[in-house]
Amino acid sequence: MTQLNSKIPQGPLAEKWTSYKTHQKLVNPANKRKLDIIVVGTGLAGAAAAASFGEMGFNVKVLCISDSPRRAHSIAAQGGINAAKNYPNDGDSVYRLFYDTIKGGDYRAREANVYRLAEVANSIIDQCVAQGVPFAREYSGYLDNRSFGGAQVSRTFYARGQTGQQLLLGAYSALSKEIGRGHVELFHRREMLDVVIIDGRARGVIARNLVTGELERYAAHAVVLATGGYGNVYFLSTNAMNSNGSAAWRAHRKGAMFANPAFVQIHPTCIPVHGDYQSKLTLMSESLRNDGRIWVPKKKEDAEKIRKGQLKPTQLGEEDRDYYLERRYPAFGNLVPRDVASRAAKERCDAGFGVGTTGLAVYLDFADAIKRLGKHVIEARYGNLFQMYEKIVDDNPYEMPMMIYPAVHYTMGGLWVDYELQTTIPGLFAAGEANFSDHGANRLGASALMQGLADGYFVLPYTIQNYLGDQISVARFKTTAPEFDEAEKNIRGQIDRLMGINGKRSVDSFHRQLGHIMWDMVGMGRNAEGLKKAVTAIQELRKEFWKDVKVTGKKDNVNNELEKALRLMDFLELGELMARDALHREESCGGHFREEHQTQDGEAKRNDDDFKYVGVWEYKGENQEPTMHVEPLNYEFIEVKTRNYKE
Amino acid sequence: MKFTLKIWRQENAKAQGRFETYQLDNISADCSFLEMLDILNEKLVNDNISLPVDTITFDHDCREGICGMCSLYINGRPHGPEQGTTVCQLHMRRFNDGDTITIEPWRAKAFPVIKDLMVDRNAFDKIIQAGGFVSVSTGGVPDANAIPVRKEDADLAMDAAACIGCGACVAACKNASAMLFVSAKVSQFALLPQGKIEAKERVQAMVAKMDELGFGNCTNTYACEAECPKNISVENIARMNREFFFSKLTLAKRESNGGGVG
Repeated sequence: MTQLNSKIPQGPLAEKWTSYKTHQKLVNPANKRKLDIIVVGTGLAGAAAAASFGEMGFNVKVLCISDSPRRAHSIAAQGGINAAKNYPNDGDSVYRLFYDTIKGGDYRAREANVYRLAEVANSIIDQCVAQGVPFAREYSGYLDNRSFGGAQVSRTFYARGQTGQQLLLGAYSALSKEIGRGHVELFHRREMLDVVIIDGRARGVIARNLVTGELERYAAHAVVLATGGYGNVYFLSTNAMNSNGSAAWRAHRKGAMFANPAFVQIHPTCIPVHGDYQSKLTLMSESLRNDGRIWVPKKKEDAEKIRKGQLKPTQLGEEDRDYYLERRYPAFGNLVPRDVASRAAKERCDAGFGVGTTGLAVYLDFADAIKRLGKHVIEARYGNLFQMYEKIVDDNPYEMPMMIYPAVHYTMGGLWVDYELQTTIPGLFAAGEANFSDHGANRLGASALMQGLADGYFVLPYTIQNYLGDQISVARFKTTAPEFDEAEKNIRGQIDRLMGINGKRSVDSFHRQLGHIMWDMVGMGRNAEGLKKAVTAIQELRKEFWKDVKVTGKKDNVNNELEKALRLMDFLELGELMARDALHREESCGGHFREEHQTQDGEAKRNDDDFKYVGVWEYKGENQEPTMHVEPLNYEFIEVKTRNYKE
Repeated sequence: MKFTLKIWRQENAKAQGRFETYQLDNISADCSFLEMLDILNEKLVNDNISLPVDTITFDHDCREGICGMCSLYINGRPHGPEQGTTVCQLHMRRFNDGDTITIEPWRAKAFPVIKDLMVDRNAFDKIIQAGGFVSVSTGGVPDANAIPVRKEDADLAMDAAACIGCGACVAACKNASAMLFVSAKVSQFALLPQGKIEAKERVQAMVAKMDELGFGNCTNTYACEAECPKNISVENIARMNREFFFSKLTLAKRESNGGGVG
């Protein structure tokens, strides 16, 4: 059995990272020139890592699935990025950011990793400002902050409602600088389809050129996957259309273990589903909960009238509204963490108080804030979000409360990595949403940007050297090695098989069906019966897929249908693993809510005695049951408590 | 709703393109433009269940108006009829039932067609690589609040930085000029103290690269501003021109040392 060694440095929590950096191996400048690194993905983590490696003097090859690194889905993050600068003088500190993140993750994240994240967060803000990221500022010229869920301080830096865009463009410009200087080579419109392993170490990848259809080989001394999360397994999510789990899944099939696949974040404030033809869901930033109040009608009759269009929400008096988050969680109110807010919305809608034509929506109301601050202030803070809402829903949120409902947004689970962000395949690293490392069972708002950039700018540039330190005498790899032949042959086989089925159903029809299974049985509320059903249903769907899918087009040209089919074949396996992981975890924690495990008032009931660990899955072959390993979580420095956002 | 679609089909960069006509029925008014194309593609797959068929290729990704991937020229306008909107945020309710809609790719020498409605916008990346950055490496920077910025300047920089790099400005311009795109990046950095240090070299390098890649000149028609989905202002072009001429006059010769802009 593979031993999981998390490689957490010895010593007090606050000194671990410093101590690691002091004792790690380094690579001298002359040797860096001899070493190659492949970075797959150009979102915050990938672009930041590739730029930093290039600056340090390594030879870097970057694979980007889109036409430009600037398209990566990090660009869509709206609200902000956390750091413990304590500029507002409201009592913030590295320890508090660490504590909030661990607690927000419902005590299912590794202490040492989260502390390091909090520790380097301040440097991220400094770095981004130096790059010219136009963060929001006060009239004094200094940086402005706002609040996000799960925190009692204002520690979130932002650039209007486009923080992800501005941070990504910062990383993209740093990457472009290195491409211009010749330290980084960019390969765009390439999709990674396999990791190549030589003598037990990751030494390259196979990618499909999405324009010519050619399978290409890339070799290096180390490979970094920064390929994002797998939320699109649900078909409908807030992820971009091209976001997929294939790079991570294919690494998993090659031996990289997968941690906590069941931990999925369902974001409470998204625009509700409106029709079968819908292709994706749109997020409304969590920052809206700073000023918006969430409510449903107090009486079922009113909710019913609203659903039928006989009553407008603005006609309901204060006494007839149930501000259920403020009622249930007085201390945090509308700013409870995402998992808590999502479940509360589901609870109200399931109980018959939902609004909108489908009854699957709640109100997010700005009337009070507009009265208190004036329309111009709300417009300055959230103008672009209000505009986006109006375009999609065709309703004016300045006059009518917004309608929102939870939607799949982020995956906390991912490739298992140690403290160095190295997977169980030596030489294969995973960063950003692709790894499992920092968010436990629930991610706090404004922490994904923080983690992506922390991994890319300030963690990997150190830890990868510790790996490459003893690789300096290893000569450059040739892509003619038999391991490359073998990997390429396998992929060619998969493509030929997919295109040869010539069945009757479109790729999307299968994906939609998988999405329904996942949302209904591996979604916001899960139970043993449903999860067992999900495992069987996915297995059957997978068989059906391989019998009856129709992949049109040619393999040696741009072919979106083939791209989607290749991704879906992986989702059809990953979905099953998610259900298995959810089934085995007999507790409720963070985004993982098992209906059997709740308190009398419907709060999540964690089981620390039996499940205070990371569930780490090992691939055992096609249609074989996977094996689960355990990484126990030892909390040496904080006391593990029941999360309480009530007082 | 019912539509007749005239869509540009082109097998690859070298092939001859042509318009194909498609009919679509039962489209909800709340459906987005790209979802309408999804429906058409799924119909193509299902209707031609035994014939060899190829779906219509178009670039798209985030579908929330921020990644800049979508790039359709609809009824003669980049991103279609709605002001300040990307195609992915355009909904069918903006059209009339029974409309004929013509869909083409971006057309510009610097943006060659790859297939159908997909074009190659790599030229934009090359312009950024020529100088669209501050030459700062990771680490070793001062505390964020050690660089105060006037709020007005930060806001103007943000207005310029909101560019999504979709290329609608180039597609809208009769000269296929990239001035709005380039000036947005030049302005963002010219307005901020962090960017001022390399401002002269940056504007020269980016403009030179833009010319080299085959983008046209600006003749002040303002079509770019009118069609920009993010409402980037042509004031940025004025600012870039000022930066350009000023730097031309005052730029000291810098030895090329492998570092710095350009």
